[in-house]
Amino acid sequence: MNIVFDSEFLLIVGMMLVTFGVRYPVLAWLSKRELPKNVVIALEFVPVAVLSAIVVPMATIRDSEWAISLDNPFFVATVFSILVALKTRNLLLTIVLGMAVFFIYRLWIL
Amino acid sequence: MPELPSEKRVLVPTKRGELLRGARDTLPLVVGAVPFGIIFGALAIGAGLSPMATQAMSLFVFAGSAQFVAAGLLSQSAGVAIIVLTTFIVNLRHALYSASLAPYVQNLSQRWLLPLGFWLTDETFAIAIKRYRDADASPHKHWYYLGSAVLMYVNWQICTLIGIVAGQQLQGLADLGLEIAMVVSFVGIVVPMLISKPMVACALSAGGVAALLHSLPHQLGLMVGSVVGVLVGYLLTKRMGDNNLPAADVSS
Repeated sequence: MNIVFDSEFLLIVGMMLVTFGVRYPVLAWLSKRELPKNVVIALEFVPVAVLSAIVVPMATIRDSEWAISLDNPFFVATVFSILVALKTRNLLLTIVLGMAVFFIYRLWIL
Repeated sequence: MPELPSEKRVLVPTKRGELLRGARDTLPLVVGAVPFGIIFGALAIGAGLSPMATQAMSLFVFAGSAQFVAAGLLSQSAGVAIIVLTTFIVNLRHALYSASLAPYVQNLSQRWLLPLGFWLTDETFAIAIKRYRDADASPHKHWYYLGSAVLMYVNWQICTLIGIVAGQQLQGLADLGLEIAMVVSFVGIVVPMLISKPMVACALSAGGVAALLHSLPHQLGLMVGSVVGVLVGYLLTKRMGDNNLPAADVSS
């Protein structure tokens, strides 16, 4: 019992340290200096780059295979949500309609 | 700007106003995050993590995708060192987030930087950086960040708890495809930011490279794709001329 507890304890402390260790030091250290202009320009692209890198594989790959097709509800719903976002620029609407299309498509159309 | 009498400074948001607005603007993303917290709780219990440790992970680590990966690895009986190392790699993108936020938090004390660092997530980063890039010179934008962060944190704790308690009944939940919530949330954040050629090129290259490299372990494709996207955006901006800076925000 103690062994289980100890390894769980270690796991959480370890995960906490590396997670905080990625987030905080960069924030604290870089906030104390002036970043070169070129770095600032490059960092402008971070949100779009990271979020796109998360989204595109989730939408186009299923079970480690390419799935850019109407058989893939993730792909269909993602394309639909992109259209909603382009048209409305409304975050809540994009999320709600995107999810709705996903489940409708999956349950009733496929 | 001359100092105006306080009753006339209606256009400068108060701390409380920023806090509430940060929370309000994060609400749509909470809708998307709810299923994840619940599924994480259920998955972790299913993987053999104790209820206390499951909640503790959400309380002290607070990193959605890394917690998911950890639960997956636990169910395969991976060792502590492997899980911690994977957590580090999965969270590397937060270093990019921190670097992006750093110029905006220069005047903040440790007392602020510690919690803001701890509470940094994809969602809060996306919401907060947008606010920081707004043209108005509100001195309280970190309160906006705080409002977003606290809402995400509290929501994550409650959802984890629901997942722990209802875990047994929710075993089928992970197969429902609820990760679509994350996909459409991020689409809703990214698309309005695509207002210049470099931004569009950045999104396409980052997403394309990440998808091409999807078979790399530990979501490394995500990291490589992100860096490529940033470089593409940067190089295109340079080619188009420095005065053509991408403004990431569209105030409509």
